[in-house]
Amino acid sequence: MSTRIIIITALLFLFNSNFLLAQNPLSGGQIHGSFQTDMQYYANDNILGLSDSSLSGKRLGMNGFLDLLYTNHDFTAGLRYEAYLLPMLGFEPQHEGQGIPYYFVKYQKDWIEVTAGNFYEQFGNGLILRTYQEWNLGYDNSLNGLRVKLNPAPGVTIKGVVGSQRYYWEKFSDGNRGIVRGADGEFYLNDIFPLLKEKQTQIILGGSMVSKYEKLTTKTTLINDSIFQYKLPRNVAAFAGRLNISHRGINFLTEYAYKMNNPSQYNNFIYRPGQALFSTLSYSQKGLGIILAAKRIDNMSFKSKMTEDANVLDINFIPPLTKAHHYSLANMYPYATQLNGEYAFEGDVVYTLPKKSALGGKYGMNIALNSAFVFDIDKQPVAEGIAIGQSGTYGYTSDFLAPGGTLFFREFSMKISKKFTKDLKGVFIYLNQVYDKDIIEGHHNEYGKIYSHIGVADITYKLSSLHSLRLEAQTLLTRQDKGNWASMGLEYTIAPKYFISVADEYNYGNTDPGSRTHYFNVAAGYLLNTTRIAVAYGRQREGIVCVGGVCRQVPASSGLSIAITSSF
Amino acid sequence: MKRIVTFAFSLFILAGLQAQESDVQHRLPSIDLTTIYGEPFNTSAIENNGNPVIISFWALWCKPCIKELNTIAEVYDDWVEETGVTLYAVSVDDSRSSAKVGPTANGNGWEFEILLDKNQEFKKAMNVNMIPHTFLLDGKGNIVWQHTSFSEGSELELIEKVRKVARGEKPDNTH
Repeated sequence: MSTRIIIITALLFLFNSNFLLAQNPLSGGQIHGSFQTDMQYYANDNILGLSDSSLSGKRLGMNGFLDLLYTNHDFTAGLRYEAYLLPMLGFEPQHEGQGIPYYFVKYQKDWIEVTAGNFYEQFGNGLILRTYQEWNLGYDNSLNGLRVKLNPAPGVTIKGVVGSQRYYWEKFSDGNRGIVRGADGEFYLNDIFPLLKEKQTQIILGGSMVSKYEKLTTKTTLINDSIFQYKLPRNVAAFAGRLNISHRGINFLTEYAYKMNNPSQYNNFIYRPGQALFSTLSYSQKGLGIILAAKRIDNMSFKSKMTEDANVLDINFIPPLTKAHHYSLANMYPYATQLNGEYAFEGDVVYTLPKKSALGGKYGMNIALNSAFVFDIDKQPVAEGIAIGQSGTYGYTSDFLAPGGTLFFREFSMKISKKFTKDLKGVFIYLNQVYDKDIIEGHHNEYGKIYSHIGVADITYKLSSLHSLRLEAQTLLTRQDKGNWASMGLEYTIAPKYFISVADEYNYGNTDPGSRTHYFNVAAGYLLNTTRIAVAYGRQREGIVCVGGVCRQVPASSGLSIAITSSF
Repeated sequence: MKRIVTFAFSLFILAGLQAQESDVQHRLPSIDLTTIYGEPFNTSAIENNGNPVIISFWALWCKPCIKELNTIAEVYDDWVEETGVTLYAVSVDDSRSSAKVGPTANGNGWEFEILLDKNQEFKKAMNVNMIPHTFLLDGKGNIVWQHTSFSEGSELELIEKVRKVARGEKPDNTH
């Protein structure tokens, strides 16, 4: 509360000086911002089982925000108004409400930058600290507090942060979440050491530390009729170190993180410390790119409230090492990082066959290959008679290099993009996937592994310089879960202002003939510079929407939706 | 409390309206990004010797973004020759895919300047809601035009604006 008043006073001060002193260096500020609102009217749908009673009167969902940024020389102030009235389907009930959950002032001059209020920050790859916002997922773990960033010498960046995280609409109060503190240093050696200045090898070193303070909660467990009380840590620290070396087309990046014992709801209150290792090695030259990546995660959930296990209050971010796909059926079974333990490997090759070569043809051809494997890590009991992951114990032991036996996810994909003539081009994809639905979505032996083959053809034909027609055909073949799917979509665009599209996804292979549903959808949109209005009507299948490491399950719906977005 | 917020909010708007009337130009904020080699790069270093600059926000997971950049890549040499323009393609990929950005751009044969905005700080400071979002800067570094999304043929509108700016004219914002 008091922070908010201080910030508002600071804002007032800024604007007053702007009004009163025309000659003041503070005059001449600028205001810019953006705005978005998504609305959906939910209709009854017998086939999807949506009725008056299942919708319980929640006919209209609306998520909207207005972001404003005021800049004046070295000062920036900003705020965001948000409203979820009512939250759209798939968002948490706790999203419901409206207000200003984000506001800040920032001063930036020469080598110093100070932010008071809400801010987003990332140390290195985010393994021990990343606060960010994904509007479409309703995800926001911003820190509210202070951030200082210093550039004391060329090539040196030091950051310090302290604050509490956003928790839906709940105000920070004694004990309802922890306080996060952190510091990070990054050193670009080529700028620091004159000897390296002109060298083609570039080296960047970084290190960070984060600590969470949480008021003690009391937690007990019953073992053999005796009550045991957990000794929970007030402070949990995490450390990370990183290195990035590049030489001509070769780039190597690695980061290791260690988190001290952090019993929590997410890890079933085990006392084992957490570890994460994330490395990528890549090579590229014009027309060819190769990337190899590996990751080992062991007990790395890190939240500012130990009893919370939903998608909120994450202090860190562990990226999934799988490709993010562009097409809906390819995204039917998206992988989400398993923070309690996983071993992942990924490889990518991007190659462009030159123009006028035998295979490349007149316009060249682009090929992209991707493969990813994710396994469990090795987990052994800490002592005889104690189950792996037993609450209140060390949890398990693990051989760092030994992958566990369970496959979580495997994928191979090949994508070919080719321009055939001046007016005709296409993208063709084959994807082979194994997805452990129980583990990834948290079910108990209900679905098992889903083996699927996915094919996509996306063809664009230019009717004239501004008019074009796009046909998208997809299929997903599997014997598990809901069986086979096919989809077809047609889109007509008049650049740069209009589009209209029709699409149908059909679950023709469902073993239950009553569930062989068509998901038919029509949409149209109008665009002027930075303002876009889109209207859609039809059915949407249930699905999982993921951005980065966070996924949201969206139930099936039927109805009319309108989306308006603008920035200025 | 609510009244204070409302009051501050109104002042905010008023200050903005007043500011818009003055001849202050819309310029780039100063934000720390990195190159694809991890080297620090501040957005204040974005310039092009008095020639126009295009800044395009994109990500590997964004299909129309890839389409836009592929389309521009085909005609980029001609654009540069004709107008002297430079394109900065700012990737907002997070650490899931930021390491793939450089090799993919190179593998696709793109010759733009590629920058990484891993935690979307620049994207937020530029009020970008959805990508692709393209900004056009004149030779003095003022943001003179912006546009979101991409469909086949949108590049023709962009180059039209670039040509105007290269000739020292103001781009027409009404259509």
